[in-house]
Amino acid sequence: MIRVELPYHLRTLAHVGREVELEVAGTATQRAVLDALEARYPMLAGTLRDHVTKERRAFVRFFACGQDFSNESKDAPLPQAVARGEEPFLVVGAIAGG
Amino acid sequence: MSGVRVLVGTKKGAFILTSDGKRGRWDVSGPHFGGWEIYHVKGSPADPNRIYASQTSGWFGQVIERSSDGGKTWETPGGGVTAAPGGMPAGESNKFVYEGEPGTHMHFDGTSKPWKFTRVWHLEPSLTDPDTVYAGIEDAAIFRTADGGKSWQELPGLRKQPSGPKWQPGAGGMCLHTILLDEKNPGRIYVAISAAGAFRTDDAGKSWRPVTKGLKSEFLPDPTAEVGHCVHRIAMHRSRPNVLYMQKHWDVMRTDDAGESWHEVSGNLPTDFGFVIDVHAHEPETIYVIPITSDSLHYVMDGKLRVYRSRTGGNEWEALTKGLPQENCYVNVLREAMAVDSLDPCGVYFGTSGGQVYASADAGNNWAPIVRDLPAVLSVEVQTLP
Repeated sequence: MIRVELPYHLRTLAHVGREVELEVAGTATQRAVLDALEARYPMLAGTLRDHVTKERRAFVRFFACGQDFSNESKDAPLPQAVARGEEPFLVVGAIAGG
Repeated sequence: MSGVRVLVGTKKGAFILTSDGKRGRWDVSGPHFGGWEIYHVKGSPADPNRIYASQTSGWFGQVIERSSDGGKTWETPGGGVTAAPGGMPAGESNKFVYEGEPGTHMHFDGTSKPWKFTRVWHLEPSLTDPDTVYAGIEDAAIFRTADGGKSWQELPGLRKQPSGPKWQPGAGGMCLHTILLDEKNPGRIYVAISAAGAFRTDDAGKSWRPVTKGLKSEFLPDPTAEVGHCVHRIAMHRSRPNVLYMQKHWDVMRTDDAGESWHEVSGNLPTDFGFVIDVHAHEPETIYVIPITSDSLHYVMDGKLRVYRSRTGGNEWEALTKGLPQENCYVNVLREAMAVDSLDPCGVYFGTSGGQVYASADAGNNWAPIVRDLPAVLSVEVQTLP
């Protein structure tokens, strides 16, 4: 079970609380987590990454265990603490705009 | 008793203003989708309870929302929570992917730039089917859904007609912001694009051509070029679809032959720069504009908020000021932010960059604010309810 923490506007869009829990088959990678998130909450497809290219939207960032994974490989394993559900995978809206 | 529902899109959410046919007391609901930019909210002429909204964000992109109960509750079409991973197709209600190889258009600096989807500016529900809607997007293209917004397909003939690679953005982006459906001729659709111009199809969107003859834009190397005109808005009276009125960047224009030729009807307006234009619901020769000082000064002139009305289809204009601020007012009124109801007398509505939504229940003679302190208003649409 993977814990994913969403920013305010995506929580309201998906009608969920701060954190959602997902079952991710196989290795817990950024891509696998986002695939599982979009499959469970289809309204979030396109809000974190491009529908077609799967590139992260410019003002969305991914953090876990105090590290910024935004520009890391989408297929690199996430920390074991995330895979075991001890730490959440954080989706963060960048501090920008007004 | 009949009533009115005013659908307001703002920089920070949507609001729904409702009243009975007297249009004196209003209920306000919202913000819906608080914190998101709501570019447009529009109801289906075929089913007033069906409403579509374009919800957008610089962070999280585009979302399409749909209501089937007159705006009380909303859903992302086809985007409900699945029981288990893989239980249903991923949400595609916000997926706007250009047909085929996107190609390029011109950028501000004269270089070519690939077409890229940014947001939906305008949603135009079909006149007859609540599940069919046209969407005008940035970078300029027209899309269509026939399943209530679950999936969208481009009508690529517009973007791929020969002038497409020459289109350039206006200051607000290269947006397709106006879609007009012809009730008498179902195959005919007009669109307007900033800053490409106006286009028409007669075969339900398969093929398109510019309809810009008579437009003149001094900022262009060739002021009468076929494309490059910054058309801000076009309005039509449904009973007379061959007559169109246009608020261009500068100039108020009119065509009497479905866009084949345009002529200027700015007449005695104090300035012919502006964004909105609309037509009285029962008098096809009565039209409304709100002049804005200039392309450098995007606020009303002389601190006075004045709607101008022509009862002669243009050229002769009168200022309508009763109930509107006549000093220290420096708001703008954006292109989507004026609408009329179809009651008698006709109601006229507009929203400002200062967050006011004004209404007139007597065709513009007298005005009063419905609300004064919303976020900046991006769009106003009106539904006349049975």
